Amino acid sequence: MPPLKEELGKILVELGREYKDMVVIAGDLGKSTGASSFEIFPERYFNLGISEQDMIGTAAGLASAGKIPVVSTYAIFLVGRAWEQIRNSVARDRLNVKMIATHAGISPYADGASHQCFEDIAIMRCIPGVTLVLPADLSEMRHAVRAAVETTGPFYIRLARGEIPRIFEDDDEFQIGKARRIKDGPDVGIIASGFLVPEVIKAEALLRKEGIRATVLDMHTIKPADNEAILEVARQTGAIVTAEDHNLLGGLGSTVAEILHGETPVPVEMIGIHDRFGESGELGQLMEMYGLTALHIANAAKRVIKVRDLGNRRGLRS
Amino acid sequence: MTEIAQQIRRDIVTMIRSARSGHLGPSMSCVELLVSLYFDRMNYRPKDPTWSERDRLVLCKGHAAPALYATLARAGYFDYEELLTFRKAGSMLQGHPVSRTPGVDVSTGSLGQGLSIANGIALAGRLDGKSYRAYALMGDGECDEGQVWEAAMTAGHLGLSNVTAVIDRNGVQSDDATEKVKRKEPLDRKWRSFGWQVLEIDGHNLTQIHRSFDLAESTTDRPTVIIARTVKGKGLSFLEGDANSHNASFSEEDLEWAMDELRSWE
Repeated sequence: MPPLKEELGKILVELGREYKDMVVIAGDLGKSTGASSFEIFPERYFNLGISEQDMIGTAAGLASAGKIPVVSTYAIFLVGRAWEQIRNSVARDRLNVKMIATHAGISPYADGASHQCFEDIAIMRCIPGVTLVLPADLSEMRHAVRAAVETTGPFYIRLARGEIPRIFEDDDEFQIGKARRIKDGPDVGIIASGFLVPEVIKAEALLRKEGIRATVLDMHTIKPADNEAILEVARQTGAIVTAEDHNLLGGLGSTVAEILHGETPVPVEMIGIHDRFGESGELGQLMEMYGLTALHIANAAKRVIKVRDLGNRRGLRS
Repeated sequence: MTEIAQQIRRDIVTMIRSARSGHLGPSMSCVELLVSLYFDRMNYRPKDPTWSERDRLVLCKGHAAPALYATLARAGYFDYEELLTFRKAGSMLQGHPVSRTPGVDVSTGSLGQGLSIANGIALAGRLDGKSYRAYALMGDGECDEGQVWEAAMTAGHLGLSNVTAVIDRNGVQSDDATEKVKRKEPLDRKWRSFGWQVLEIDGHNLTQIHRSFDLAESTTDRPTVIIARTVKGKGLSFLEGDANSHNASFSEEDLEWAMDELRSWE
């Protein structure tokens, strides 16, 4: 698997060649995020040091004067430290600021709780007008970053650290706001975003071995959410599992539940972080500890199927 | 310009009377600064508010919105009658500035954020080889905010000579005197050490304001901050320098009296 930062750097440079108004702002982590690749355009690369609030404000000013600023640093600092700047200086004016966060979720596993950001989806989702994308693989990252630069308005792209998997082909269709079906099955629907998509694909294989056929939906865009795709999976399977490396309060699972509850209130099992902070460890250990592995996802699928069937039987009796 | 300033002071009282709320003291203190910017200094086209060559003002102290709106109306951005809709439902004249108002480039209202935005605008101007300037009208209280100093460092580091910050140094913030809440002095030395040219002036003296903007424009290697000593509530004797004047609510009687006092200056 290729290193994420190299690939992110490549796409930024590629876009920088095409879009002369694009500028990149780093916060002393340009080498860790890959943003520093943009230094080949020295007049359009600004390392503003360790000052996220100023990064967002400067980006707001650049955008208001016609530039396309890409702001990149770790998720917890970008949207945690500068949330109010994003809300008040960027989003209220629908300014064309592209926030690309790396090191989100569980991915900075050894760094511990200070760096593992489990809250960004919740706090970004409630700001009106921000497009929120969680690429699951290299091609989705490329498509998402390009779409962000080519579409007017504030974007938040959530990425991990380390290596980025390959799941899709580059010419597979990718559209912001349009969830993609990876697998089709009638028994249960599993909806995931970003980092946990590969784990969900493994879970689908585990279930298949036991004769359970799952639909897998890659919901790369959390906002605007693809309500129709989610409702369709719910209608077809009657049982939903969501999977994310984010706090269960306010993340993907919450988003899906909000969409389902009115029209298609099917049972939902949520895989994610149970309202806690992270801690240091190996990735595999932490996945186990937080309950995020393929086995956890497969077990959740079996549980939600039982709940659905129990509900159906009760429904028949009454 | 003195007459325009007085007219704007009367407009501010009218707006706050009509809205029954609004920041009177901090609006009054920056009137000459705004008048000097809009009637002497800045290039703009009120009928073409997004003209690409315009100078930009970021009202970092967004609570002085009444002063800005009155100035924009007098500058020709919109009808004077609009001022009476200030803070009312459906009005474009929100309690704090929003960019849907002609002449307002960026929404503000949360303190400490404006200087970064002005820096960004100035950077864009520099990249595009444009000669427009970015002005940041700041409060002294907001210098408590860490982001102000992040932005000060950025402008100093990048040598953004097309940024001019003006601090309305009225000495009073929301709760109390600025030096009592959190010491700001020596404010000049702080800014100087961040790489800025620092000018200190009487912020009600139009000649001094004019000269300081001239000096800022002719300085090409670093940004300039003008520390403009002002009086909170300037022009209203019952309010001047009063630590309680930041966001006080005033009786109809007070405001009637304020208007009489402003009229008596004519």
